Amino acid sequence: MTRRRAERIALNTTGVLVFLVMIFPVYWMVSTAFKPGIDVQTFTPKWFPHPATLSNFTDAIHRPYFWQDVKNSVFVVCVVVALSAVLSFLAALALARFRFYGRKAFIVLIIAVQMVPLNALIIPLYIAFSNAPGGTQVNKLTGVVVAYLTFVLPFCIWTLRGFVMGIPQELEEAALVDGCSRFGAFVRILLPLVAPGLVATSIFAFIQAWNEYIIAYVFLSSPEKQTLTVWLANFTTNRGTAWGSLMAGATLTALPVVAFFVIVHRKIAFGLTAGGVKG
Amino acid sequence: MSAETGLRVAAEPTLLSARRRARLTRGAAPYALLAPATIVVGAVLGYPLYLLVQLSFQKYGLPQLLTHHGEWTGLSNYTRILHDSQFWHVLLRTVTFTAANVSLTMLFGTLIALLLARLGSFMRLLLTTGLVLVWATPVVVSVNVWLWMVDYEFGVLNWTLTKLHAGNFVHHDWFANTLSGFGVITAVVVWGAIPFVAITLYAALSQVPEELHEAARIDGASFVQVFRFVTMPLLKPIFIILVSLSIIWDFQVFNQVWIMRDGRPTNDYYLMSIYSFVESFRVSEYGLGSAIALTMVLVMLVVSFFYVRQMVRAGEAE
Repeated sequence: MTRRRAERIALNTTGVLVFLVMIFPVYWMVSTAFKPGIDVQTFTPKWFPHPATLSNFTDAIHRPYFWQDVKNSVFVVCVVVALSAVLSFLAALALARFRFYGRKAFIVLIIAVQMVPLNALIIPLYIAFSNAPGGTQVNKLTGVVVAYLTFVLPFCIWTLRGFVMGIPQELEEAALVDGCSRFGAFVRILLPLVAPGLVATSIFAFIQAWNEYIIAYVFLSSPEKQTLTVWLANFTTNRGTAWGSLMAGATLTALPVVAFFVIVHRKIAFGLTAGGVKG
Repeated sequence: MSAETGLRVAAEPTLLSARRRARLTRGAAPYALLAPATIVVGAVLGYPLYLLVQLSFQKYGLPQLLTHHGEWTGLSNYTRILHDSQFWHVLLRTVTFTAANVSLTMLFGTLIALLLARLGSFMRLLLTTGLVLVWATPVVVSVNVWLWMVDYEFGVLNWTLTKLHAGNFVHHDWFANTLSGFGVITAVVVWGAIPFVAITLYAALSQVPEELHEAARIDGASFVQVFRFVTMPLLKPIFIILVSLSIIWDFQVFNQVWIMRDGRPTNDYYLMSIYSFVESFRVSEYGLGSAIALTMVLVMLVVSFFYVRQMVRAGEAE
């Protein structure tokens, strides 16, 4: 009995320690964001943001181009998510509900294509956009939207396919027997059932597009065109880094992503490795 | 259509027409559904990949960027990088970096997954919440936070290490030495990668029937033996997927190094992705950069072969 107890205490202590080590950077970001400047730049760290202040946040928000860059991020992300949700839903339907010639090849292609490093694609994308027939697409948000589709779309198709496969085909067949058309069965039966999966996939696409840095960094050179991840570099100048404001800006950038992520992470962990356990 | 079928159609109009429509759409429908996505993927992925291969055989610098036409030079970019000792150094450094990061990620991820499996429900919820928060933090944000923690002047790490009598870390610059610099970069990468591995492995662990463990334990197996001979074989497929994914992600690490070195990394901080990027966008040797990027893609293809095979198997099994 006592041995059991000792074991439990040891396990719980390890658990708490691991939790503290993992969470500390996140805590340190938020707590620095709420500290007045004098408590940030101190040789002996202050562990708690007391007295707390919002001045870092007001400073971050009033930095040039904050709201403009928020708008850019939201615009890019919304267009990418809307386009990829529609396209990938159709493609996922084909992959999950039909047996057709070339299906396996397409599946292999979709998985393999996700392995191509984004860094390798940046060079040809940049050249292609600067040579685009309708004038250069470099330093335009539309160019960034197209570039983001390269990594968001294959991911969405693959994940949604898993969700569609999780819904029993008998439900649609029942609708067909009752006189519904194939298309009607998709829209009236399948779509409502797969909606949670569609939302989860869209949110994950949102997160990926929101977090993207390197394409935005290369393609968007003027500050009024940039997205939030690039905007974060504004806090470092030749005179040093405004750590308090940077942490406030970082917190603001991370906030929407964290909020959404907490909602969908279960579904996505399933989607990424669906079927992997059964072996 | 014969008269007989015509009669039957008249007798069961809705059922047969529905069936026929289903059979008909089976022919063209999947292609029609796939078409939009295929066209877009082909345009945004296929064409750039083709262009990447083409660029790697060309001299493409600033003059060519202005005239929109590369100068065909055959294999010269490849012979240049293959005879460049810098390229081999960077490749070796990237492989070492990837090996270290993947091993650490898998080690800690597995340990935390095993810990999660043995914790009580409250502690498990606490730890999972922490992991999910870390997982959710954008890379650009976490890099900035870690930069702040290892700041040479006011960084919390230097203060803590000095207090713990690990040495004198007052005004210690972690990036002065490449090895400790990569240590910090590894810490950011591994810290950010652990949650996905730990949570996925825990989910897989909880699907392993408890009876199997019990039977092994009754037969006198130790904790390590149970893990080695019961848990591991069952988790092998998911392990292969996680290791391949980690290799793929860590081999192309860019943001962490780029932002930590303030967009101006010195030679000894080059990884493959950085090297290819600098050759293209700093030196304006887009052809050479493409050749480097393409060797990266080839390495990835070899690694991802196992991953793709596992995923296709898993996908077909459903």
